[in-house]
Amino acid sequence: MALDQSFVGRTYPPTEPYEVGREKIREFAEAVGDDNPAYTDPDAAKALGHPEVIAPPTFAFAITFRAAGIVIRDPRLGLDYDRVVHGDQRFAYTRPVRAGDRLSVVSTIESIKSLAGNDVVTVRGEVHDETGGHVVTAWTKLVARAAEGA
Amino acid sequence: MTAKIAYGDVEVGTELPAQSFPVTRATLVRYAGASGDFNPIHWNERFAVEVGLPNVIAHGMFTMAEAIRVVTDWTGDPGAVVEYGVRFTRPVVVPNDDKGAVIEVSAKVAALLEDNRVRVDLLATSGGDKVLGMSRAVVQLG
Repeated sequence: MALDQSFVGRTYPPTEPYEVGREKIREFAEAVGDDNPAYTDPDAAKALGHPEVIAPPTFAFAITFRAAGIVIRDPRLGLDYDRVVHGDQRFAYTRPVRAGDRLSVVSTIESIKSLAGNDVVTVRGEVHDETGGHVVTAWTKLVARAAEGA
Repeated sequence: MTAKIAYGDVEVGTELPAQSFPVTRATLVRYAGASGDFNPIHWNERFAVEVGLPNVIAHGMFTMAEAIRVVTDWTGDPGAVVEYGVRFTRPVVVPNDDKGAVIEVSAKVAALLEDNRVRVDLLATSGGDKVLGMSRAVVQLG
């Protein structure tokens, strides 16, 4: 069944702040095998003009996807979570995420489409720091595959 | 931001150094822990097959993280990436052997933009399949 179009534009309350730690950034950089010193060495980050170690570009997803969980599991929307796959992902940065950031996410349902029986939902997550400054916006397109025989 | 590549030194068609990224089951377990994405399709073969996949597959976000390294290694400063987007077209299938899979990434400058920015288009394949589509980054050069 097609999802309710009236959910387009719906915005969810800001998440509790996520505090970005140096060691979490290091763990993430090591997990993707990236030895760029800007991720682990504060002096190397400073030499590039960053006040602290920064996180790899896709690190923000862990924070925005957790926030998007409120949308995905919103029973009023009725997305079939067990059939959801990640279709597209996009980020637009004002600055890189860095250690010490306390980041809060506001999630908005940007679009709902039905394509070949699949429900396609795009969630926009706007990430701001503790001063209210914009850090990054993430767009996550989720595809709920049509149920077999439906 | 201090990218080590100057805008004046690139043109449309400039190729970035291509790279290959190996992925084994151990890589995926480690990425699951670091990212917090514990979906069993990325580590449990029985579960992956039950839901119709050929085998365990890599996290799409892992592939996305590897692909942008071609750009961040080129600029030196990862903060030079101002936009980055991909479409997940095919999964990276990771067999349970000592080899795993390999993600091959190439990239080239596709457009010169205002304010010393360029658009870089990326190509990511694994086992001959294109695993990312519409894969592009906007990068701030010096």
